[in-house]
Formats: sequence, C-alpha cells, structure tokens
Amino acid sequence: MAYIAAQAADARVNIELEAEGMTLNIGPQHPATHGTLRIVLQLDGEQVVDADPIMGYMHRGYEKLAEVRTYPQVTTLINRIDWLGSFANEVPFILAAEQLMDIEAPPRARWIRTLLFELARIANVTLFLGDMGVQLGAVTPVFYAFRDREYILNQIEAATGGRFHPNFDRIGGIKDDLPAGWIADTKLALGEIRDFCDEMEDLLVGNEIFEARTRGIGVIPADVALSYGLSGANVRASGVDWDLRRDSPVGQGGGLAYDEVDWKVWTHTDGDSFARYWIRLQEVREACGIVEQLLDGLPSGPIMAKVPRIIKVPAGEAYVATENPLGEMGYYVISQGGLEPFRVKIRSASFSNMSITPWLLKGTYVPDVITILASLYFILGDIDR
Amino acid sequence: MPSADAETDQESAVDVDVDADADADADVDEAREALLEALTAELGDAVAQTHVVPNRDVWVRVSADAWAETADYLRNRQRFRFFDWLSAVDWLPSPFGRSLEAEVDKVVEDADADGGAAADSEADGPDKYAGGDTRFQVLARVYNLATGIGLNVKADLGDDLTVGTWTGVYPGADWHEREAYEMFGITFAGHPHLRKLYLPGDFEGYPLRKDYPLLARLIKPWPGIVDVEPMPEIEEPEEPAPAPAASTENPEDAS
Repeated sequence: MAYIAAQAADARVNIELEAEGMTLNIGPQHPATHGTLRIVLQLDGEQVVDADPIMGYMHRGYEKLAEVRTYPQVTTLINRIDWLGSFANEVPFILAAEQLMDIEAPPRARWIRTLLFELARIANVTLFLGDMGVQLGAVTPVFYAFRDREYILNQIEAATGGRFHPNFDRIGGIKDDLPAGWIADTKLALGEIRDFCDEMEDLLVGNEIFEARTRGIGVIPADVALSYGLSGANVRASGVDWDLRRDSPVGQGGGLAYDEVDWKVWTHTDGDSFARYWIRLQEVREACGIVEQLLDGLPSGPIMAKVPRIIKVPAGEAYVATENPLGEMGYYVISQGGLEPFRVKIRSASFSNMSITPWLLKGTYVPDVITILASLYFILGDIDR
Repeated sequence: MPSADAETDQESAVDVDVDADADADADVDEAREALLEALTAELGDAVAQTHVVPNRDVWVRVSADAWAETADYLRNRQRFRFFDWLSAVDWLPSPFGRSLEAEVDKVVEDADADGGAAADSEADGPDKYAGGDTRFQVLARVYNLATGIGLNVKADLGDDLTVGTWTGVYPGADWHEREAYEMFGITFAGHPHLRKLYLPGDFEGYPLRKDYPLLARLIKPWPGIVDVEPMPEIEEPEEPAPAPAASTENPEDAS
C-alpha cells in the first residue's frame, strides 16, 4: 500500500508548477474512447497539468424516458446503456422490479439469467482484452478479439434473437427457453474463448513493450478508488476484494445463481494499468468456468413465475445492483403503484469509473493518457446514459 | 460458494430473504438497526426518519443542514468508504399525466409549474421510504465494504434548493452533484466548480424535474399514432398490450 501511494505521489510531482502549456483535445472521436468522449488536456510539455472530460455527446436521457414507459418497456432502453454487454444491463432493473413486486423467478430462469449475464461479460471484456493492445500499437489482438467474440455473440443470438440487444429478461423470468443444441454449442464457444485468453496472455501479458507501458502507469490506491466510486475490475485491481456477485444478496440466490457454482474473485495489489488488464483476463477465464458449471447443472422446470398480465408495481423504493462487465450497475427504482416507474436513477459503472480521470491523469504523460483511459475501460453509453 | 471472508451475515441475509419475505416485517435486522442507532446517537436531531427493509436495505433521512456532516461521519467514523452514487428526486406528481393512453392524458392545463410550492399531498405516505415533506430530495448511497451494508441517505431540500457538497469527503461526488445540478437545479454549496455536466452551457430548464415536459411525447403521442397508418378493421385493444416486446419505433433508439 505504502509504495503505491509513494508511486502515486511521485507521478504527480510538478503539478503545482506554473505552466504556460498548450491545450490538447482528445476526441470527441478518438478511438480510445469507445464512443464520443472529449477530454481537454492542459499540457506542460508532455505532462498533463489538467484533464477535463467533456461528456454529453451521447446523452439520451434514459432516466427521463423511463418515467413514461411501462416496466417491461424500460428494458428496451436500458439495453443500450452498455451496448457491449447488453443483457447485463437488463438484469438489475428487472430484479429491482421483482423485489418491489415480491416475485421470485423460478430456478431455471435464474440459472439462464446468470448464464447469459456471464456470456455478456465474456463478450464485453473479450473486446477489451484485444482493444487494450491496439491502444498501445499492437494491432493483432483486436482482430483476434473481434473474431472470437463472435462465437459468444452467436450463442447469445441463438438464445435470445439479438446479437447486441437481447431484451430477453422479463419480470418473473425470461422470455424463452434455450434452443436445442445450445448447451453443446456454447461449450465449444467457451473453448474458443479460453484459447483466446491464452493467446492474449502470450501476446500481451508477457510482452516487454506492453509491460513497460502499463506497469506502474495510472496507479490508483484503493482508498482513492473507493471514494471515487470505482467498481468492478478497476477496484479489484487496487486490491479491494469486492464483487457484488459474491457480496450482495442478489448474486447469492436473490435473483442470480452465483451461489450455485464454484468460482473465485481475483484481486491484484498493484492498482496500475497492467493490474486492471490482468484482472479482466482472469475474470473472463473465471466467467467461462461459471458458464460451464451452470450449463452442466441447469435445472429443469418453468422459466416464468406467475405474473399478472399487466404489470403494476406496488409503491416502494428499491435499489438493486449487479456486478456488470464494467463494474457495479444498479437501478434505484421508485414506484408509486403505477404502470411505469416514478423515478429511475441509473447508477452506471463507467460514469463513476471515469470520474477519477481528472485526478488520475494529472501529472501523467501524453502517451500514458491513452493507456490509462483504455485500462479504465469505459463505454460511452454507460457514461452518458 | 466462492471463497469469502467475513461474509457470514451476508449469507444469513440471503437465507432469510429467499423464504421469509412474507414475515419480513417481523424480522429484526440487527446490523442495520445498530447502524441506525449509532447514526442517531451521533447526529441527534438531524436524523429525521429512518426506514429498514430487514436484510435488504436501509434508509435514513437527515436534515439538509446535516447533509455534509453526515457524509463525513459515515466515511470517517463508520467506514462507509465506497461512494456509490448521488442523485435527487422530484416528488411532484407529473403534470403531464400517465403516458399510455395518449388520448386521455393530454397535458393538464394550468399545471402548477413553479418550483417548491407545488408539492402534492398524494406523494406523501408510506411509499416514500424514510418520509419527507418537500418536493425535492437529495438521495445518495454509500457502502461499507467490511460489513457489506449499503446505506441510502436522503435529505429534504428547502425552497432555496441548496445543500452542502460531499466532494470534500467523497471526491467522486463531483460529477454526481454536477448532474443533479443540471438535471434538478439543486445547488451544492462548496462544490469547486458547479457547472453543467452533460447539457450544453446555454441549456435552459431542468430536464429531470417532473414539470419539464418530455417534448417527444407531447409532439407525438405514444405509441407513435401520428405516423403509423391504422391497419384496416383492427380495433384498438382495451388495455395496453402486455407483451413486453419492444416497439421498434423508439424515436431515441440510438444504437
């Protein structure tokens, strides 16, 4: 801990010096930003004096729009928050509605939900694993990532009908049962992803240039990470052993089935860009293990609980968050007993993960800015909502 | 079970949650009650009301004056180290009505659009966890990672819509407060640079307030009747279709 703090302090020397620097705009269309984010950097030579992210290029006002839609309709919107792992966006909202209605999905639905949730994670993070390489000038990994992600997307499409936006989760269960032959196909796809992870480990993790550009770069001490609300792999890379799949009632039987399988929460003590990459690499492997176990133990039975034809949610308030591919994603739902929510506060992971950038980028050098942004891993739809 | 240290009370929480929801009211959630006791002892009269859903979640409403002090106490004395989010609620019933039956729910004329005075008594009642009397409330959530307990903190806002900032305690509150500022018009006293986050600088109005119309809905009544040719000899269903399948006509579909 102490040496991380020392490193962090080291990296931010000189920020108080008077600088007659230049202003550098990154974005709105820089490939490192996964969308349209603009960051205005004040530079002193090559060193960042001040970083000011400017957002809103993709703000779609989902919190307002959700107020005029029925609960089932809302999932269409929130699919588009983190568009690389869409299914995972639906789950916490549905769970919040179920909590208010006091409905519990049958076991098979919970298992399939968890399955698709983890497949969404794999599809999402796989892209990151390759993309991180391309940010550092290694072009090959990203092609592998796009190629191998397709295996997972095909499985998601086969089960839900949508490659990117499944809109598959329902209050009380899921829309459809799994198609015939899906389990065997998914296992094959998982094999491809495992190979991909090994490839990435060979190509990047052991690579001297990759390590030189990520080790010790963008160090986030655990306490700082927490007070900025960082979550997911970003905070686990700083040594915080916190994973909502394990640490929240929702993951443990209250809607998802993570308590039924054997898996492990990975942490890393360095808190640098390399640690964030490494954690995500392990988490994809872990997700493959989770999916495989869920496939083997899939219980039979109904996929929908008994729900009224017209869904009215009793008055109340509930906050449900899950461990999404990008970090903690939650919905604070206020119902006043109507067909549509009275207020939905969307707590998206990337928004909080990005909010540390003004602090984190200070004192770093321009080439490292891209590394750090890439390693924080955000989706613009998840920031702007 | 995944490897977990110090998660025993999480597990027991799950057990109760799953099969004892019916008599959840009878349960006593010791960890959360103890937390509320400590809070009340420290903050005294500043704690206006509390609410516990046993083994699930806990709410506390403090006075606006004690808002910043609460954060300090929670982070530094109660080890609520993880700042989750901060936002606000506008409890005014929407003057634009329900949205599904487009013909019925025309804009209510003479909608009381001035802030503060318009709070409707309908919004009060048991559905407001930890109560509250004012139209606007700020609402934040923090976590204690050691115990796994999340705490929702609320505060009623007076007519000046001003409350102390949390940025001194939780630096991550910065953007959240800027969002609440532009969306609800709430001022966070002491915030280092309170300016708009998403919206352009010259944007007028506060979009997440209930009296701010969703223009897309006013122009084109849901579900897009204006530009869809009616199918011959099909009657309008009596009630909104239950099928959760999405309309393909979301005007804001941005994918």
